[in-house]
Amino acid sequence: MAEGDATGFVIKPMDQFIVKPLFGGDHIAWYTVTNVTLWMAIAVVTIAALFMLGTRRRAIVPSRSQSVAELIYGFVHNMVEEVTGHEGVKYFPYVLTLFLFILFSNLLGLLPGSFTTTSHVAVTVVLAMMVFVGVTVLGFVKHGIGFLGMFWVTSAPLIIRPILAVIEIISYFVRPVSHSIRLAGNLMAGHAVIKVIAGFATLVVASPIVIGAVTAIYALEVLVACVQAYVFTILTCVYLRDAVGDGHH
Amino acid sequence: MSTEAVDATAAAHGATATVKMPQLDISTFDNQIFWLLVALVAIYMIVTRVAVPRIGAVLAERRGTITNDLAAAEELKLKAVEAETAYNKALATARAEAAKIVAAAKADIEADLAKASAKADAQIEAKTVVSEQRIADIRAGAMESVSEVANDTAKELVAVLGGKADAKAITAAVTARMKG
Amino acid sequence: MEGDIAEMGKYIGAGLAAFGLGGAGIGVGNIAGNFLAGALRNPSAAAGQTATLFVGIAFAEALGIFSFLIALLLMFAV
Repeated sequence: MAEGDATGFVIKPMDQFIVKPLFGGDHIAWYTVTNVTLWMAIAVVTIAALFMLGTRRRAIVPSRSQSVAELIYGFVHNMVEEVTGHEGVKYFPYVLTLFLFILFSNLLGLLPGSFTTTSHVAVTVVLAMMVFVGVTVLGFVKHGIGFLGMFWVTSAPLIIRPILAVIEIISYFVRPVSHSIRLAGNLMAGHAVIKVIAGFATLVVASPIVIGAVTAIYALEVLVACVQAYVFTILTCVYLRDAVGDGHH
Repeated sequence: MSTEAVDATAAAHGATATVKMPQLDISTFDNQIFWLLVALVAIYMIVTRVAVPRIGAVLAERRGTITNDLAAAEELKLKAVEAETAYNKALATARAEAAKIVAAAKADIEADLAKASAKADAQIEAKTVVSEQRIADIRAGAMESVSEVANDTAKELVAVLGGKADAKAITAAVTARMKG
Repeated sequence: MEGDIAEMGKYIGAGLAAFGLGGAGIGVGNIAGNFLAGALRNPSAAAGQTATLFVGIAFAEALGIFSFLIALLLMFAV
C-alpha cells in the first residue's frame, strides 16, 4: 500500500475505516455484502449467542454466560427506570437494542484487524436520528402541543424567556448531532491514535515505547468503548424522559 | 471543492480513497444504513422475542423463590417458637401435675398417719382402761385381804389374850379402824 | 506553490483545532474532580449521581470531539 512514498514511513490511520466489498468488485450498491455487513453480523451473532444460548437453561442459579446476560439486562433496566421513571420502562427493549448494538460493535471493533461499524458517521447518525425522531414524535403524541412547553422555561424571568427558548430550541436540534458525532468521533479518534502510534513501530528505536503506549491506549479504548455505549444509552434515556416524563423538569 | 473531492473519491473508489476520510464517502452510506437497519431489526427481534421474556421470567422466578424461601424460613421460625411455647406449657403442666400428686400423696400419708395414730391411741386407751381395771381389782383384792388379815389377826389376838371374841364386833371394829 | 500554502494552512488549522481537545480535557477533569470532592463529603449521595456525572462528562467531551472533528475534516476532507 506504500504508494509512491520512498521513505517507507507511511502511516495511514484512516485505512482501517474503508468500506470494502467482501467478495471482490469495486461498486458498492446498497445490498452489497461488505465488511460492514460482516462485522454487524458478527455483533448480532455474538449477542444472539449470549442471550439465546446463555439463557437457554433459564436457571434460577445462573451460569456464567447467563449472569453476564442478566447483568447487562439489569444494568440497562435500572438505567431506564431511574432516568425515565416507570413510564419509560415500556421503551426498555428499544434502549436495550441500542445499547447492545453499540457495546458489541465498539468492543468487536477493538479486535486487531476488525472493522468498527460505530466509527462511521452514517451509522451513528442513523442511530441518533432514530432516537431524535422517536422522542420528538413520542413527545407530541403524549403531550400534544404542550410538548413545546419544554422550550418555554417558566422558572426564568419573563424577559429572558424568549432568548432561553431560542437557545433551548437550538440545543434541542443539536442533540442528534452531538449524540452521533460523540460516538463516532470517540471511536474514530481512539482507533486512529492506536494506528498512528503503531505506525511508529517501524522505527526500531521507538518500538519498545510504542508497544507500551499501544497497550496503554488499548486499555483506555476498552474503557472508552464501554463508556461511550453507556453515554449513548443514558442520553437516550434522558431525551426519552423529556418525552414521556410527567413534568417538564 | 470538497464536494468535488468527495465525488472524485466516490467515482474512483478503491485506489485513491485512502487519502480521504472513509466516513465521508457518501457512496457507501446507503449500504451501511441498509445493513445497520438489518442488524438493528435482528437484535431487536432477539431482545424482544428471547432476551426480555426469558430473563424477565428468570428474574421474577428467582425473586419468587427467594420470597418463598424467606416466607418458609419465617414460618419455620414461627413453628419453632410455637413448639418452644408448647414445650414450656407442657413442662409447666407437668410440674403442676407433679406438685398436685405430691400434695395428694402427702395428704394420703397424713390421713393414714392420723388414722393409724388414732387407732393406736384407741388401743392404748383400751389397754389403759383394762390395766386400770386390773389395778383396781388388785387394789380391791388387796384391801379385802388386808381387812381379812386384820380380822384374823384381831381374832387371834383376842383369843390369845383370853377373851372370847365376838366375830361381829371385831369385824366392825377393824373396819372402823381401817376407815379411820 | 499555491497548493503548498493551502496544504500548509490545512495542517496548521488542524493543529490549532486540536487545541479544543485541551479545553474538553480541562472540562472533563473539572467535572470528575468536583464529583469526587462531593462524593467524598457525602458518599451516600454519590451513587445516585453517577448518571448525572456521565451525562455531564459526555456533554463536556462532545465539544472537544467537535474540534477534533474539525481537525480531521481539515486533514482528510478539505
